[in-house]
Amino acid sequence: MFNFILRRVAVAIPTLLILLVASFWLMQTAPGGPFTSERPLPQQVLDNINAKYGLDDPLWKQLWNYLVGIATEFDFGPSYKYKDRTVNDIIAQGFPVTLTYGIISFLVAVIVGGALGVAAAIRQNSWLDYFAVGVTIGAQVLPNFVMGPILILVFTLWLGWLPGGGWNGGQWQHIIMPVIALSTSYMASIARLTRSSMLEVLRSNFIRTARAKGLPDRTIILRHALKPSLLPVISYLGPAFVGMVTGSFIIDAIFGTGGIGYFYVNSAFNRDYAVMMGLTILLGSMTILFNMVIDILYAWIDPKIRL
Amino acid sequence: MTFSTKALLLASAVSLAAPAFAAGTHPVTGEPLADDQTFTYRVLDEHTSVDPQIVEDVTGSEIVRDLFEGLYNQDAEGNLEPGVALSHTVNEDNTVYTFTLRPDAKWSDGKTVTAGDFVYAWRRLADPATASAYQWYVEVMNLKNAGPVMAGEMGLEELGVRAIDDTTLEVTLENPMPYFALTTTHTSTFPAPAWAIEAHGPDWIKPGNIVVNGAYTLTEHVPNERSVRERNPMYWNNDATIIDKVVALVINDENVALTRYFAGELDRTEIPAGQYPSLKGSNPEEATVFPRLCSYYYTINMSDSAPEFLKDVRVRQALSLAVNRDIIVEKVLQGGQTAAYTFTPGATANFQVPAVEYAGMTQAERNARAAELLSEAGYDKSNPLEIDLIYNTSEAHKKVAIAIAQMWKQTLGVKVTMSNQEWKTFLETRGNQDYQIARAGWCGDYNEASTFLDLVQSGSGYNDAKYASAEVDALLAEAKTMADPQANYTKIEEIIAVDMPLIPIYHYAGNFMIATDLENWPVKNVEQNWYSRNLYKIAE
Amino acid sequence: MTDKLVQPFSQKRTAELAENLSAGGEVKGRSLWADARRRFVANRAAMASVVVLVLIFAFSLFGDHVTQFDNETIDWDVMGSVKELGAPSLTNGHWFGFDESGRDLYARVVQGSRISLSVGLVGAFIAVMVGTLYGSVAGFVGGRVDGVMMRLVDIFMSIPYMFVLILLLVVFGRSISMLFVGIGLTAWLDMSRIVRGQTLSLKNREFVEAAVAIGVPTHRIILRHIVPNLLGVVVVYATLLVPQMILTESFISFLGLGVQEPDTSWGALISEGVKSMNYGTLWQLAFPLCFFVITIFCFFFIGDGLRDALDPKDR
Repeated sequence: MFNFILRRVAVAIPTLLILLVASFWLMQTAPGGPFTSERPLPQQVLDNINAKYGLDDPLWKQLWNYLVGIATEFDFGPSYKYKDRTVNDIIAQGFPVTLTYGIISFLVAVIVGGALGVAAAIRQNSWLDYFAVGVTIGAQVLPNFVMGPILILVFTLWLGWLPGGGWNGGQWQHIIMPVIALSTSYMASIARLTRSSMLEVLRSNFIRTARAKGLPDRTIILRHALKPSLLPVISYLGPAFVGMVTGSFIIDAIFGTGGIGYFYVNSAFNRDYAVMMGLTILLGSMTILFNMVIDILYAWIDPKIRL
Repeated sequence: MTFSTKALLLASAVSLAAPAFAAGTHPVTGEPLADDQTFTYRVLDEHTSVDPQIVEDVTGSEIVRDLFEGLYNQDAEGNLEPGVALSHTVNEDNTVYTFTLRPDAKWSDGKTVTAGDFVYAWRRLADPATASAYQWYVEVMNLKNAGPVMAGEMGLEELGVRAIDDTTLEVTLENPMPYFALTTTHTSTFPAPAWAIEAHGPDWIKPGNIVVNGAYTLTEHVPNERSVRERNPMYWNNDATIIDKVVALVINDENVALTRYFAGELDRTEIPAGQYPSLKGSNPEEATVFPRLCSYYYTINMSDSAPEFLKDVRVRQALSLAVNRDIIVEKVLQGGQTAAYTFTPGATANFQVPAVEYAGMTQAERNARAAELLSEAGYDKSNPLEIDLIYNTSEAHKKVAIAIAQMWKQTLGVKVTMSNQEWKTFLETRGNQDYQIARAGWCGDYNEASTFLDLVQSGSGYNDAKYASAEVDALLAEAKTMADPQANYTKIEEIIAVDMPLIPIYHYAGNFMIATDLENWPVKNVEQNWYSRNLYKIAE
Repeated sequence: MTDKLVQPFSQKRTAELAENLSAGGEVKGRSLWADARRRFVANRAAMASVVVLVLIFAFSLFGDHVTQFDNETIDWDVMGSVKELGAPSLTNGHWFGFDESGRDLYARVVQGSRISLSVGLVGAFIAVMVGTLYGSVAGFVGGRVDGVMMRLVDIFMSIPYMFVLILLLVVFGRSISMLFVGIGLTAWLDMSRIVRGQTLSLKNREFVEAAVAIGVPTHRIILRHIVPNLLGVVVVYATLLVPQMILTESFISFLGLGVQEPDTSWGALISEGVKSMNYGTLWQLAFPLCFFVITIFCFFFIGDGLRDALDPKDR
């Protein structure tokens, strides 16, 4: 186990490096730069700015300086667009926000989705099954850029129950709608995956054996069926979690929550290289970390898998 | 110097009557005031900075105008009114301006605002080490030695600005410039506190560190969520300020913002394109429309890299004539915009819109003429003209492009390929003349026609059409020193209307929903330079 | 469900082993598929979905022949007063009403369906093909190969796919084929991880071990024994994938990076509709959303039906 973690961390560092170089290269290839603006800056002014940020250095040197800055001072550089803050500021500000509603959404999706999926599988073809399938499909077909405005329309304008956006230091009223909008489609996917893999397990031989032995249903499901049926679901959790943290662009855009999703996507549009790379490193290491956790979970559930 | 006398009167009345609104009525109008004087408005995007010499976007400038105060402010009509400067004198040839500053202006930490703070700020703006995106503004101001100082060839102290004493600022210009005082309302020229900048470095504008001389100070800033500014008790005219707290909420989606406005969370938001008429019907007191100093146009590539047909003046004229501006204004946008046949908006100060020929025709006549011109140029339905049109990603630009593409198709049989591009790609494509026809917009930097017409000057960096006319260049150069340049401006507009390097489409209008209790929004200020301290909320 | 459970244990086990170990598997293979088809046809929800889906495909392919309007011509009289004059009407032939710019919404939905369905199918196809092969190879071969392959996936996955897609569309310009490839290539990663996970547990099953023991070549084991047994999961995931591809496209449209005007897609139509949903033109959201929802329902039911039909353990 310890060896496994060590190995993964050893691989993680070059992974991040490759990731960084690739996205840096892609960004540099994109037309325009951070200071391309509607009113083209005089060459003189552009030169000053480039000199200030070291953008007049050759690309490899820019990248090198950036990496050295991270390694020595944990400095992820400045934002070229939002000039009164650094990438560290942006992460310190936005990441806790994204993480808060991301984790809550994740828990909601896993708990509600998982429970719905198991319930539907156990009572296959009953009203509960149809209800669960209906709800999950319904939840999945509404893109969150449709659901977001509808939620605001209903809960803010018509009912007046919840504020229509903002974060306000993370008050619970401000968290509810972003969580609903973010978690539902993942919840639906998890429910469907759980249902189908649960059904598969329930039909497998060892469950039949268990039934033949006359074990009660509850014992069969909890002690024997649940764990193996979670396998494909767990594979999905990694991408789902990363999706919830990074796919939060729409949530940030619609609810004005101030998370990093918005900064991330906009950094591509703004050609804000340092912000883009800083967030890439952050989200990249989150992904790697989470995938590692998933692999450990996997091995724990299915002892036949060797790490 | 032409101050609005009304504004002066109002300012003095306000300061005399200041104690009155403890009783909860407006000192001048006598309206009952609301207890909660918080003004909340929507901004599209996070501001770039609130440092006066660094800020480069509209959202940030709005905040900076609340936090800092320059030599002059603008009143509700856009005329100059005293800020830190009380008045100024000019020498005979308009090259030396001497400003007298008010002695009671204070920074929020209690220090007096001195002429030295302006000198520091202007040098800071010109300093290559500051790397301000607005560094070129010292050239617009025409300060003596601006060029060499910007290039780092001369010391900062050579810049044409000095403090004679704490309340006297002397500005020396490179060339005579009668309208220099107009340039001092720009945020780049606002004073900066040297001691705070030295103490905190780039962090000096963060809440807690920031030292301001405006009516408000920054108390909270959550990037991409909100920024909050609250009353600065040290401000010299604090007694006349009514709004206590200003909150800017970042809401990216204008439709969501409108929903939140209706839920009472916002006092001001933009009206989405096309929604003005119905909102005017349902909320007549809130839907507000007013002219802006901006032009919307399509620029036509005339550079060497352009395809041959765009170099044919008949093709350009035909394309322009076939655009039914009334439909764009009345059916697509429906927000009080005005159809444009000239580049310079009619709202520009001291500018008479010239009667260019095609403006007087009916659309049917224009269409007929357009078809005629295009067939002269050798194109018809069997040999259709094929053109590419690019615009930057936006719902409103898309709607305009869809309509114009159809107009060209239906009247001229032109095949249009539309593509929208994200902003930076778009700018790059347009700036490199890698396009045929591109959407463009221009807002005046100051309220004078040359801010628009300079765009068609052959050497202008903003002349994306790469239009070059010796006659236009000569007229523009001559206009700079004329007492009344209207005759030249008329001639230039007439030449543009014939050569058609750009297709004027409409002149912008501001479209706001403004809460019924929020008063005094400066709708007549075409540059929309507004100050929160002039607003107030009445009790309902 | 219960009656399936009482099937004799030994008979199924034998059949499965016979199937898996059979060298002349083609004959048996055909019977497997014939068997599956029989059970699929018996599933009413799935069959109904197939019918509806065929109708939607027909609508997208031939729908424009029954209307006199095209997807780009503007009705200047309606433009600007769409709320009052643009509602759906049977009498004037604008069955779905008008869009915000005064164009016939029916024609636009037809054309949008074409784009969305092709993005969904092509994208999902690319993702499933690449993901299944990649994941099963990695899982089955294991060891160093697995390590390298999965680290590669980690690297790809560490870049949020939406971001890759945005960058790709920004860097290489916008085209429909870029959309296909971009959407498909960013989605196979999930697929490959799921498939690998399943393969890892399949690998230790007796029938695979038996195949290894008698010396069946690796590629053969993967294609003949691993992949068919993954079918249940793959099919379920693929049905999730088609709508997910359509959703991804709609997100891209929401960002303004989707198909170019005058072309459109469900995503573009829905995101336009949602912008004006509070302004009294609800049909602009309702019609495209309706097609979108029905299509996804169909894919889900068909997916479930296929899973039940193909699951070899159910025989």
